[in-house]
Amino acid sequence: MSRNGPLALAFHTLFVTFMLAPILVVCWVAFTPEGFLSFPTDRWSLRWFYAIARYPEFISAFWRSLWLGALSSAIAVAFSVPAALAIARYRFPGREAMTALFMSPLMIPHVVLGIAFLRFFTQIGLGGTFAGLVLAHIVIVLPFALRLTLASAIGLDRSIEHAAVSLGASEAVVLRRITLPLVLPGLASGWALAFINSFDEVTMTVFIAAPGTETLPVRMFLYIQDNIDPLVTSVSACVIVITVAALVVMDRAYGLERLLVGRGADGR
Amino acid sequence: MRAAPYLLSLPALLLFAGVVIVPLVMTVLLSFHDWGQYKGIEPVFILKNWQEVLTDSYFHEMFWRTFRIAFFVTLLAAVFGAPEAYILNRMKSPWRGLFLLVILGPLLISVVARTLGWALLFGGNSGLVNKALISTGLIETPLPFMFTETGVVVALAHVLMPYMVLAVWAALQRLDPQIENAAVALGAGPFTVLRRIVLPQVMPGILSGAIIVFALAASAFATPAIIGGRRLKVASTLAYDEFLNTLNWPLGAAVAVLLLVALVAIVIGASRLVERRYAQVFG
Amino acid sequence: MAFLTLEKLTKKFGTHLAVDGLSLEVEKGEFIALLGPSGCGKTTTLQMIAGFVEPTAGAIRLEGRDLLAIKPAKRGLGIVFQSYALFPHMTVAENVAFGLEMQGVAAAERGKRVGEALELVGLAAFAGRFPRQMSGGQQQRVALARALVIRPNILLLDEPLSNLDAKLREEMQIELRQIQRTVGTTTVLVTHDQAEAMALSDRIVVMNQGRAEQIGPPHEAYERPATPFVANFLGKTNLVNGATVRPEKISFGPAGLAGKVRTRIFQGNHWLYQVDTDGGMVTVIRQNTGEAMPAEGAAVHLVWGAAP
Repeated sequence: MSRNGPLALAFHTLFVTFMLAPILVVCWVAFTPEGFLSFPTDRWSLRWFYAIARYPEFISAFWRSLWLGALSSAIAVAFSVPAALAIARYRFPGREAMTALFMSPLMIPHVVLGIAFLRFFTQIGLGGTFAGLVLAHIVIVLPFALRLTLASAIGLDRSIEHAAVSLGASEAVVLRRITLPLVLPGLASGWALAFINSFDEVTMTVFIAAPGTETLPVRMFLYIQDNIDPLVTSVSACVIVITVAALVVMDRAYGLERLLVGRGADGR
Repeated sequence: MRAAPYLLSLPALLLFAGVVIVPLVMTVLLSFHDWGQYKGIEPVFILKNWQEVLTDSYFHEMFWRTFRIAFFVTLLAAVFGAPEAYILNRMKSPWRGLFLLVILGPLLISVVARTLGWALLFGGNSGLVNKALISTGLIETPLPFMFTETGVVVALAHVLMPYMVLAVWAALQRLDPQIENAAVALGAGPFTVLRRIVLPQVMPGILSGAIIVFALAASAFATPAIIGGRRLKVASTLAYDEFLNTLNWPLGAAVAVLLLVALVAIVIGASRLVERRYAQVFG
Repeated sequence: MAFLTLEKLTKKFGTHLAVDGLSLEVEKGEFIALLGPSGCGKTTTLQMIAGFVEPTAGAIRLEGRDLLAIKPAKRGLGIVFQSYALFPHMTVAENVAFGLEMQGVAAAERGKRVGEALELVGLAAFAGRFPRQMSGGQQQRVALARALVIRPNILLLDEPLSNLDAKLREEMQIELRQIQRTVGTTTVLVTHDQAEAMALSDRIVVMNQGRAEQIGPPHEAYERPATPFVANFLGKTNLVNGATVRPEKISFGPAGLAGKVRTRIFQGNHWLYQVDTDGGMVTVIRQNTGEAMPAEGAAVHLVWGAAP
């Protein structure tokens, strides 16, 4: 493709600076040796990273977020596979309405979902529980899992399954030996995208998480409400580093563009 | 055979019926209930909350501010995100892939961490942003960013910019590069090609990106809460306040439902307009 | 009794009649081609034999047994799909072995038969490769091996050569014919390419809008087309003064239908002419024998006749 002129490159540099500035600043401040927010220049220190150990609520929130993300993503993927097969394979009345329903959490403001879940869970006795969190997260991440599972199901050449049947395979064998192995990459990437969305989710979770069931973003958010100090920057820096590492791995394994746009998916 | 698709979708359907539809219906019903500081929530059917939300000037101001912020965020995202996507598209690999990663990657980083970065950049008079602006001579005295609408707009534009870049990027991938070559062969200069060939084809991508950014900006919570603070409320933080501080759940529910309805109407309406306008181009 | 019988086979999709009362008897070891334009019902017919589409009416009998009563997985047919439909996550050998696995054949025997099948299609060296590492032509041969290794009653070929380029297609046609002669499996080929159908088959079924317009050996269908559709589909025809004449049957003579050469195109082994006459535009094809041929603009006389 043609090269960009100097004007374009200058714009590009400013843009990238804009995009990276807040992230780099957080990481930078995390290394401050002072007891207050400052930008370390000549002396850098790890004291605020060690300090995290003295705040067990951050550490437990981290593990909780991990476990919540992994569990809700796995369940969301499990729910999305049969639905994706139905949508990809058959033309039936209500197909479009149903797809819209499954994608609706994307369009509903998370504030509204948070309120709705808070009300609902309180009424049925799941208020402030981990189970309630899992249920809520499953629903929120399902559209991401579904989008990628659907792309995989659509991309599957039906005649491959026909070939297996013509060679004598029963329905169970076709599912186990042909369909699932070929759909698996889509499942894995669906899980990964769902996990990230669950791990980062704060708006809805802040409504339904109680002091004993807080996730990491909620803990960080509530902490910032009261004060901004170097501790929350070092926690954030850790989150950023972990995310970037996961990002690079996912890009190598699957391709970030495909993950976010969803090959073959229509619209949003 | 006919039943197969319905059977397959049953688990997810049941899940959504129980965990999405029921709670949403309950929330709508909640908005019609009465509330008092001592009696709590009274399950009756009255219009008090809705009257308040729709007629009280306080709520008008809140919603107006919410959509005003969303509008400016969308504008910034379009003005800066679209050209960047175009510039990215014209890069050679490996730069192309690398910068795509750099620009889209932040989407996966916690919004709290990203907004924290802006709080640090804006912070007080010694904030880096002000320092940079003063040192380039653009301003003389520090501008307030924290707890202002401007600050919220800038931070939100950062958080949501990748969505715009993604939408325009996706649209650019669908372009046939030979079309640009055909225009050049017929004598068009680079700006003409941009203005009359590329831009019209990419416009649907820009518009659908704008719709996404607008919807997300209007329903944003964490960023306005952190940058805007307790005094600068938007619809989401307002609902949060009513729900978790004042404990007036019915009123909070009314605010939330109004936000939902308004956004759904705007998104569907705008999407239809874009589709109709561009159906003739793309068939 | 014929080996495979289609009896008034009919398929309706909603209001659209895809196959209209098709009847056909295929002998054991025969190579039959279902030929026609897209939408003529040939693929639907194949899918009904395979069992992936259920007929609206009619019967299919294999060696006298009602085939429709048997599930597709149990029909024992070998199918080569247009897209080859190889299992991308299995090697060539695993692909070919799959059908034998389903039949419960023991591993040692499987390995032997897979080896034989790959020898037959000339791909013995590729047993460990994956489909994506192979060219289109090679994938097609793997698909063929996979279908033949199970010793099917019938081999069904759904436009198997349409994804190959012209040269490769010609080569594959010859190979396909040889393999079928060697193995002797009754074969039904679906194609829209009349040259391919005529080259490969013992008998052609020319289909149009769900019906068989002519069933017979290729040479017969070509020389004595039953309907104008068949005449036009199997080759070029001219309608001159009420008579239907093939371009290669016309020659330039001293007397006959007067005309002027409008266009002359050289095509290697023959010349293609468009001649303006009182009876309309006539297409003439002459073998390239090295003789001088009339140029564009020349005045000529066209001759054709019953004489052989």
